[in-house]
Amino acid sequence: MNDPAMQTLLGIVFGALVVGTIVAMIMSRRATSERLQKLAANLNQRMRAWWIMASIFVVSILLGGKLTIVLFGLTAFLAFREFVTLTPTRRGDHRALFWAFFIIIPLQFVLVASNWYGLFAIFIPVYAYIFIPVRIALAGESENYLERTSKIQWGLMICVYFVSHVPALMMLDIRDFEGRNASLLFFFILIVQLNDVLQYVFGNLFGRRKIAPVISPNKTWGGFIGGITSVTVIGALLYWTTPFGPLEAAGMSLVIALMGFAGDLTLSAVKRDLGVKDYSASLPGHGGVMDRMDSVVFAAPLFFHLTRFFYT
Amino acid sequence: MIDSIVANTARMICGCRARWIEPPIDTEPRVYYANHSSHLDALMIWASLPTPLRKQCRIVAAADYWLATRVRRWLANDVFKAIVIDRKNPSRANNPIDIFVKSLDEGDSVVIFPEGTRGAGGELQEFRAGLWHIVRRRPAQAFVPVWLENLSRVLPKGEFLPVPILSAVTFGSPVRRESGQRRDDFLDILRNRLDQLREVHS
Repeated sequence: MNDPAMQTLLGIVFGALVVGTIVAMIMSRRATSERLQKLAANLNQRMRAWWIMASIFVVSILLGGKLTIVLFGLTAFLAFREFVTLTPTRRGDHRALFWAFFIIIPLQFVLVASNWYGLFAIFIPVYAYIFIPVRIALAGESENYLERTSKIQWGLMICVYFVSHVPALMMLDIRDFEGRNASLLFFFILIVQLNDVLQYVFGNLFGRRKIAPVISPNKTWGGFIGGITSVTVIGALLYWTTPFGPLEAAGMSLVIALMGFAGDLTLSAVKRDLGVKDYSASLPGHGGVMDRMDSVVFAAPLFFHLTRFFYT
Repeated sequence: MIDSIVANTARMICGCRARWIEPPIDTEPRVYYANHSSHLDALMIWASLPTPLRKQCRIVAAADYWLATRVRRWLANDVFKAIVIDRKNPSRANNPIDIFVKSLDEGDSVVIFPEGTRGAGGELQEFRAGLWHIVRRRPAQAFVPVWLENLSRVLPKGEFLPVPILSAVTFGSPVRRESGQRRDDFLDILRNRLDQLREVHS
């Protein structure tokens, strides 16, 4: 808490929440058309959920230790739950799913907590990927076998393996950055979520041409360019909360923003395929946990490995 | 108190959302009838009801299972206030229809699975005649269709460990028998009204 980097990041989060809440309140007072009223109502709902999510995240970071790992473990659990709910699984998948939920997910985060990088990096892509198809085959149902197996495997990859790379930042031994990994994790989450919010804001203000109208009608070139540019600048300004120099922090932020966009787009494609608008209704205004984590999933492993490769 | 805790915990584990087509405004005794595909079905209907309705809702429990241990007996008697039926020794005294009608007369609601046994979670099976026997004796009775979604995936038939898939309980508008309606027509209408809830999403 005495760390000035932490204080700054906290200040930004708090400031953004206050600004967002005030904007939402003004909008709902002034909204004239039905479209604007709807937008304002949704924004108010979103802000309420943001306050809760930000508080949980900040508290877990400040209390530190293993709590951040537990928080992301729970997030992965809830995300995988949404993914499996929307995926048509069959009777024969039941036991495999039980293993995935109660053995594989907890173990992946135990590996993070125990700093065992070697096994952490291959546990799901090798061992879970062998175990799941065998367990489903043993259940003896062959209908759509390949499809069912791949869906569960991909769900584990996206919701669990990729997400586990966020708390894994805690296990990196970064040169000249001892004991400050929590602020790097904070930086990462802040940039990912700011990128989301700014793409949404710029998209609503200047968005004209749609990038992928079929997959995700809300994504426009205006929002995309405005979002990644501003996030890259913010990241560069915050370089001193990370082990990076200003230019490197800008580069990292750019990678985070691009991967955030890629994750968002990919998981929107999954939603279209499954025929739903949101992954669930657990976060009012946002949709499900996966609707909030979609921009984290691809950015996390890239950010983790770039940091690990160049700074440890 | 304790029943609210049990209900909320059960709903959380099953990620269960309750939806009402027509939110209930009074505590008129109702017959909740639902599709049946999991051991969790009755429990989740009970857990999804708002507190005043839950307090008057009675679910049926088989004596051989629910009176077997102390914890189960406590759950059945003190938490669920279940109607415990001895299915091993059917007799005139424990005819389920009599018991249901008596509960309704006392102002309670009951939960009934008109398909009889648990299905695989796909098509609705034909309804047995139990609902008809009730409406013949209480013609003004309200019947509320309840569609249970995904509970067969949380705990399928024959499994004993649940998987935490999100589920939903959808309560439809009450159905009443129109005067002169015959047995098969009445049961068909009840069945259709339940089947229609399958399509409801929000």
